[in-house]
Amino acid sequence: MAPDQRTSRALARFSAQPEAQGLYDPSAEKDACGVAFVAHLHSGPTHEVVQQALTALRNLDHRGAVGAEVDSGDGAGILMQVPDAFLRETWKDAGLGELPAPGRYAVGLGFLPDDDEEEAVAKAEIAATAAEEGLRVLGWREVPVTASLVGQTARSCMPRFRHLVVTGAGMREGVEGLELDRLAFVLRKRAERELDVYFASLSSRTLVYKGMLTTGQLEPFFPDLSDHRIATQLAIVHSRFSTNTFPSWPLAHPFRYIAHNGEINTVRGNRNWMRARESQLATDLIDGDLSRLFPICTPGASDSASFDEVLELLHLTGRSLPHAVLMMIPEAWENHAQMDAARRAFYAFHASFMEAWDGPAAVTFTDGRLIGAVLDRNGLRPSRYWVTDDGLVVLASEVGVLDIAPERVVSKGRLQPGRMLLIDTGAPSVGGEPASPGRIIPDDEVKGQLAAEHPYQEWVEAGIIKLEDLPEREHVLHTHASVTRRQQAFGYTEEELRLILAPMAANGAEPVGSMGTDTPIAVLSERPRLLFDYFTQLFAQVTNPPLDAIREEVVTSLGVEMGPEHNALTASAEHCRQLRLPFPVVDNDELAKITHLDADGEGTGFATVRVRGLYRVAGGGEELERRLLEICAEVSAAIDGGARFVLLSDRDGDAVWAPIPSLLLTSAVHHHLLREKTRTQVGLVVEAGDVREVHHVALLIGFGAACVNPYLAMESVEDLTRHGLLEGSDPQQCVRNLIYALGKGVLKVMSKMGISTVASYRGAQVFEAIGLSQELVDRWFTGTTSQLGGVGLDVVAAEVAARHARAYPVEGTAPAHRRLDVGGEYQWKREGEPHLFDPETVFRLQHATRARRYDVFQQYTSRVDEQSERLMTLRGLFAFKEAAATGRQPVPLDEVEPVSEIVKRFSTGAMSYGSISAEAHETLAVAMNRLGAKSNTGEGGEDVERLLDPERRSAIKQIASGRFGVTSAYLTHATDLQIKMAQGAKPGEGGQLPGPKVYPNIAKTRHATPGVGLISPPPHHDIYSIEDLAQLIHDLKNANPAARIHTKLVSEVGVGTVAAGVAKAHSDVVLVSGHDGGTGAAPLTSLKHAGAPWELGLAETQQTLLLNGLRDRVSVQVDGALKTGRDVVVAALLGAEEYGFSTAPLVVSGCIMMRVCQLDTCPVGVATQNPVLRERFTGKPEFVVTFFEYLAEEVREHLAALGFRSLDEAVGQVGSLDVRRAVDHWKASGLDLSPVLADVEVADGASRRQLVSQDHGLEKALDHQLIAASRAAFDSGERVSATFAVRNVNRTVGTMLGHEVTKRFGPDGAPDGTIDLTLVGSAGQSFGAFLPAGVTLRLVGDANDYVGKGLSGGRVVVRPHESAPFLRDAADNVVAGNTVGYGATSGEVFLSGRVGERFAVRNSGASIVVEGTGDHACEYMTGGTVVVLGETGRNLGAGMSGGRAFVLDLEPEKLNGAAVRSGELVSSPVAPGSAEAELLSSLLARHAEETGSAVATALLSEGETALERFTALVPRDFARVTALREQAAAEGNDPDGEGVWLQIMEAVRG
Amino acid sequence: MADPRGFLTVPTRQNAPRRPVPVRIRDWHEVYQQVDGAVLREQAGRCMDCGVPFCHNGCPLGNLIPEWNDLTRRGDFREAIEQLHATNNFPEFTGKLCPAPCESACVLGINQDAVTIKLVEESIIDRAWENDWVQPLPPERLTGKTVAVIGSGPAGLAAAQQLTRAGHTVAVYERDDALGGLMRYGVPEYKMEKKHIDRRIQQMQAEGTRFRTTVDVGVDVDAARLADRYDAVVLAVGALQPRELDVPGRDLRGVLQAMEYLPQGNKEALGLPVPSWVPEDKRVSAEGKDVVIIGAGDTGADCLGTVLRQNPRSVTQLAIGPTPPADRTGNQPWPTYPLVFRTSSAHEEGGERVYTASTTELVDDGEGGVAALRMVEVVRHPDRSYTVVEGSERELPAQLVLLALGFAGVQKMPMVEQLGLEVGRDGAIVRDERWQTSRPGTFVVGDAGRGASLIVWAIAEGRAAAAAVDEHLTGRPSTLPAPVTPHARPLVV
Repeated sequence: MAPDQRTSRALARFSAQPEAQGLYDPSAEKDACGVAFVAHLHSGPTHEVVQQALTALRNLDHRGAVGAEVDSGDGAGILMQVPDAFLRETWKDAGLGELPAPGRYAVGLGFLPDDDEEEAVAKAEIAATAAEEGLRVLGWREVPVTASLVGQTARSCMPRFRHLVVTGAGMREGVEGLELDRLAFVLRKRAERELDVYFASLSSRTLVYKGMLTTGQLEPFFPDLSDHRIATQLAIVHSRFSTNTFPSWPLAHPFRYIAHNGEINTVRGNRNWMRARESQLATDLIDGDLSRLFPICTPGASDSASFDEVLELLHLTGRSLPHAVLMMIPEAWENHAQMDAARRAFYAFHASFMEAWDGPAAVTFTDGRLIGAVLDRNGLRPSRYWVTDDGLVVLASEVGVLDIAPERVVSKGRLQPGRMLLIDTGAPSVGGEPASPGRIIPDDEVKGQLAAEHPYQEWVEAGIIKLEDLPEREHVLHTHASVTRRQQAFGYTEEELRLILAPMAANGAEPVGSMGTDTPIAVLSERPRLLFDYFTQLFAQVTNPPLDAIREEVVTSLGVEMGPEHNALTASAEHCRQLRLPFPVVDNDELAKITHLDADGEGTGFATVRVRGLYRVAGGGEELERRLLEICAEVSAAIDGGARFVLLSDRDGDAVWAPIPSLLLTSAVHHHLLREKTRTQVGLVVEAGDVREVHHVALLIGFGAACVNPYLAMESVEDLTRHGLLEGSDPQQCVRNLIYALGKGVLKVMSKMGISTVASYRGAQVFEAIGLSQELVDRWFTGTTSQLGGVGLDVVAAEVAARHARAYPVEGTAPAHRRLDVGGEYQWKREGEPHLFDPETVFRLQHATRARRYDVFQQYTSRVDEQSERLMTLRGLFAFKEAAATGRQPVPLDEVEPVSEIVKRFSTGAMSYGSISAEAHETLAVAMNRLGAKSNTGEGGEDVERLLDPERRSAIKQIASGRFGVTSAYLTHATDLQIKMAQGAKPGEGGQLPGPKVYPNIAKTRHATPGVGLISPPPHHDIYSIEDLAQLIHDLKNANPAARIHTKLVSEVGVGTVAAGVAKAHSDVVLVSGHDGGTGAAPLTSLKHAGAPWELGLAETQQTLLLNGLRDRVSVQVDGALKTGRDVVVAALLGAEEYGFSTAPLVVSGCIMMRVCQLDTCPVGVATQNPVLRERFTGKPEFVVTFFEYLAEEVREHLAALGFRSLDEAVGQVGSLDVRRAVDHWKASGLDLSPVLADVEVADGASRRQLVSQDHGLEKALDHQLIAASRAAFDSGERVSATFAVRNVNRTVGTMLGHEVTKRFGPDGAPDGTIDLTLVGSAGQSFGAFLPAGVTLRLVGDANDYVGKGLSGGRVVVRPHESAPFLRDAADNVVAGNTVGYGATSGEVFLSGRVGERFAVRNSGASIVVEGTGDHACEYMTGGTVVVLGETGRNLGAGMSGGRAFVLDLEPEKLNGAAVRSGELVSSPVAPGSAEAELLSSLLARHAEETGSAVATALLSEGETALERFTALVPRDFARVTALREQAAAEGNDPDGEGVWLQIMEAVRG
Repeated sequence: MADPRGFLTVPTRQNAPRRPVPVRIRDWHEVYQQVDGAVLREQAGRCMDCGVPFCHNGCPLGNLIPEWNDLTRRGDFREAIEQLHATNNFPEFTGKLCPAPCESACVLGINQDAVTIKLVEESIIDRAWENDWVQPLPPERLTGKTVAVIGSGPAGLAAAQQLTRAGHTVAVYERDDALGGLMRYGVPEYKMEKKHIDRRIQQMQAEGTRFRTTVDVGVDVDAARLADRYDAVVLAVGALQPRELDVPGRDLRGVLQAMEYLPQGNKEALGLPVPSWVPEDKRVSAEGKDVVIIGAGDTGADCLGTVLRQNPRSVTQLAIGPTPPADRTGNQPWPTYPLVFRTSSAHEEGGERVYTASTTELVDDGEGGVAALRMVEVVRHPDRSYTVVEGSERELPAQLVLLALGFAGVQKMPMVEQLGLEVGRDGAIVRDERWQTSRPGTFVVGDAGRGASLIVWAIAEGRAAAAAVDEHLTGRPSTLPAPVTPHARPLVV
């Protein structure tokens, strides 16, 4: 934290959040929540609205959470209009006199110190400050609270609650409304900065009550709220789910203007940019020096609070609240061809001085009269609303939060991405606006008005300079010798040319690799490494989702505006005088255009100054530092001199001058300018020779660069086209490909972080450093986390010097025939980085387990463990303390628990059947079953015959984003269920099984089509937040109450916090994976540069769980390149009780680390489906059994020496670990490992390991009644039917029933019609999830998200109540939420009405009829049939590779553009009389029959002609393959036979 | 980026053609012919570019095998020789003489025929010579330091070339009349024609390496005095002390150590006279004789090929061990270099191999010459002891008996004493981790330090020791590559 940052004392005062300690850092805390508002269009203020809001809040309880104590909530609150009548009377009752007229006083709930003296001081100070700001304190009212309700931890930091009332004084006497609120704003800001007070709000228009409460506690805690005199016309309520259990009263929502459900992923950058803008801020509306309000974003506050603070500023300085909201959360306008030009200009204009606050968001906002809500551009949060016949509008994260008679609801809608729901309540005049009739203002009207406020279109057209419009310049070509010398200076390797640059240049895409990384991280490496390598990408997991930049490209943007910014509080033509770049990576010619912007006579007035990013290499770290300071001064001077672009260049090095690492150069200048608050006056362009990977570009932009010119990478590619790998290729095309690959790669990196646009990503610093000293990071990369410290500038300079010396040998001659370093990062090389799996370890491990030689096994483990010669891993830096040193006695070996007990803690990792062969998969499963350990299905499902075979099944069934083969039977026959949130090799990314690997046997298991590629989306489309994860855990628990639920996370800074959230979401097991986990295919950038070692993640998880008091309810498992008994014991001591292994048992089975899994050419039959190669598989279960037994034996030996009799005794005993002495390593010696070994103090008797089970609350499930009602069906197969009422709090209805059916009737379910149940009301989330055949659920009313998720043959029918006024127009009303039918494998769904986003995503076999959908419908669908009888959203059919969709009156521009252009998705009319027509007609008839749908009935009455209005969408390959297979079957051939397979391959390969 | 499916589309291994036996045993020219270019590229394309290239580990030089396999596949021989020379000073030597532990380690060899790595290596360097791409690379600057390399075998030459190129002034001493050490007179011409050595020597001379032949250091000049004249000395004197056959009749005329016989064959091959230092009673030819070769190793095979070219009456090769297995056994798993039944080019050409044969006596022809060899059959036990099979005694006619029983360290020579070097029990000169002998500034490489080993180890040692010598001379970390350590050993169980 920079020294000039003023922190809020109040935030700390009313919080029991621990200080940063060990690896725990409170800044990693996240939250998510449920949110609702209630507004009345014409009622005037009523107490009823308060009560309705509180009821809605209580019905969102499951979206919040409680901590270790059930009576300490994560936070709840309400935001309403100032209840004047109530305040007036209570004020008088309290003897405080008469309040001024409504609007002429501002009131707020103050949090004051719980200490008489301090309270008195605070009040006196506030009075004084108020006087300075033109206000007078009218008094303080003691707000009654029921303190006894809240839990002990919440009470420990509970403030005193006082209503403060202020009014205008002196010159400001009589000010009201907005004007008064500006004064109150200044007072509040100053008070919070300078005093121990916090105001939930302070306004003449609105009032907030909130606290560390559960939803149910809010009202009893504040008896005010029950007072019938307290009245409002609108209210926002919020229920918080925090990832921790530490109460913090100010962090509860709502804030002053908003309540937010979501997470701002770009918040670090947004805050930095806001700080940089502060110097330019100016407004006539607030008197005096604005700097008394700075920083606008309170340090230490949450992302939502920062958002609120900026929104508040924008609003109070002259913009309407909707205007300010749209500036901060613009819709996806960049690539929206159909958007109105004026509206586009509105967004483009504001983008030139406000980047989007990007991340999942449902934001509700109000200024006391207007109330509204928006979603983020991706629509990653659910929001539904009802409007009643008497003008009540209820919006909430879920439908059904208020009981409203069906006949009163006139419309049911949902928020849509990029759309605003805005209500003008027409409230009585506060601040001069006249009262008016309330109404819902349509989205088009709001935006149309805003866009018309200024001539934005004119301004934008005149102001924004487009790069493509600038004149061309001459291209410079460099010689081979010059290229080589500079490659040497920048540390290029032969491997990088071969494996990174050449593939990018040839294919325009990032290269893909497989297996995990097993080389040392940069700080442990003996070799000079690029500074880039010390940074690792953070990625979205659990608390927010990664995005899908490929399939959902429409919401992303790589375009950037660069150039000087202006006062963000005003608007003028000058504001958007900027340069627009379509792409963040520029070639040399484009760079030349930029640098000559002014010289070109375009009259731009944009001068560019070039800064030489070089230093005298002989001077080492000191000289480097001196030069950086000099450069910063140069840049400052240049800005003073009028420069508007700064080009940071490391060109022109020579024997004396070496390049400063471009990342250091860029970040140093960026942070210098931020501190100087001149950052927004210039654009930073980086011309860098060290850039050649996506990660490098991603870092430079993430630390502030507007665009990057990787000149040497391009010259290298040109050189390769003249000599070597790309010889004969077109150099221009190759360079274009390279640039495209780098830029697109950045988009991919951003999307892993959950960020959609480069403009928001720039400067967002979504990276952590591993192995850089705190001093270096604080100074040059301010705000970045570096948990272990590490090297300083001296080592960075030494690394530069080592590379430089290769190009300019100090003395003598460079070795002959050695142009570039060989590399060895991706493939093992003798002279390259060491790999844990090298020829010797692979050989010894295989031989030991095949020949049963424990002595050879020990040779293997000692080579892995022994790291005195070469450092490989963080754990290699640890030493075991002998038993005596920890006050223990060594234990005789025979007293340590036996091998047979230890092996039960072992599991094999999630490797899908599909990525590895059936032989390899079954070998592991059989071995683990023999041992009593567990194997894992991976994400490819499991064949029914294996599913039911106790010897060959996998005990752990994985549920990944693709949901392949996830059926009721799959879930029912599991011991453990594992939710894969992320994978170590490629966290934040999905996967792809290319068509040629989808052999018929794989296709069958995955419910897919042979030869047609399969995609796993980056996120689980039912997990966009922590409360969503809680929901999926609940679903799975219902699907198999006996199974433990795992949540698999990947190590990164903050993973401990996420793990705590996961524990609160009732996961039974938290799995922490290392960054080095394996994969069947991942981009090399991800393999190398995302995620952290498991030692860090595990230790942070253990510490955070202990701090939160959550450790005892969850088991912790770890995996990631575990190889030896020592690894296991280190993991145990750091806190893990279970251990996963993947690569090692694969090697035991014959894998020799070819790293070609992605190519299907594994020569030993492990990672291939090719029958010829599978025959070469030589693994046997016995080998794997031997491996684990040997491993357990080693564990026993270590335990004995440490003085433990069992693994349980060792779990969490970090005291037995020490840092290895005398690590003499030029880089690693700077590391401080003490945070990893920090021992968290726990209360007496608190456990360091899992002892108790999670309370999943299944006993409350409605399903118990459903099961009871179905008893006859179970007992005698009788048909049963019954009717129940249902509410939104009844989640996952039908799933436990389905589980019982699957158990009783087998994997194919019961005969159709066996159980037929009707439910009336609003169903909670996951209605009918995983429902098996034989069960029909009929819902009369509406449903929330995830209806029919994982449908496994059952039938779900949803239709409105007969008494609904909109019944005839049901198709226009929303009947179910997002992600309906996700991962359905078979069955039927009929929905009479519209649904939300991502309808039928990953459907692989169900038939679903609906009357309208949101965006991204049929995404990744691989099978089944969908009928849409109404409008669709954008991006229909993205990534759809199978099945059929029939769309009524299709608007072709709604289709996914890429799929249509490439011909992958074929649309055609439905031919009369065809099989398609028949299928469609029958589904229409079924829909009408099941739901009584008006639209279906009407269509049916039109007969054949109606079918002409339909378009059929069928993926091309699917159609070809299906035709071939049908033809084969017709001819009596085996569709799964070799011959047909060859035909399929020919067809799909073209 | 290799062709990932190359090994599937080209499933079979194809080596360079050998000239027909009846033709080749009439001359001394090399047995192997150049392979067709298309076949070569196809064969190189079988390389899988492994994530862990075991071949690259199996090769003591650390040859960048996948890299140049792919360059060969793509026909880029210019770049291929760069990559090959990056790790190997003399690929034509290894290409012809190395038994290719790389191929034993080839991943494809787990379940298919290994890639023809050696063939590719040789083809690359052949093309390089043909195209004149092998050029002298003299240093840009001289350090002023001087080094004496004693012995001009592959280890000495590799060390000399590395040190010369690093800017040191190097003189190579050779006691023989021609350079190359064992490669010159120990390796038969039909395996490697001597012109290949000469060509390299010319390159080295052009780089500045100086050569002094017929100087027997320790005999012609005192080794310690010589050492004092240089800043460093590198001993590369080989391990030529032959193992003896301790049976009656060993002293008979016509019983020769292989190393007494093979040089004569080579002289004959090159049309040169037998050197004067060969005593009269050791001057032999196999022509018209019954020849018995004792020892089944590579040296034995070299004797066999040479004998066959001298038109003998019969040739028998004896081995004391049992017939090696045809395939790997459990105790020599992939990727170790296995002892399996191998048929060298010489074995193709004639002669009989007899296993489990132990010589008991050499029989006098009555004139002090050998007439026959008496042997018994033996059984080898797991503890490697032998017992004789009763009644198995028999006699083989033999007018020439060649002993190829292996080597037992450095030859007894005055130099060792003059330099005060410590010699280990294995007969090798003792050295530390920096290749340095017990005498500071004196280093030892190759067989002299390791014991008899492969040529590829010799070159690797020469390169690695050069780095150590360079550090010794400059006092700075060397930029020269060091592929092996002095005590590195091949991978075994």
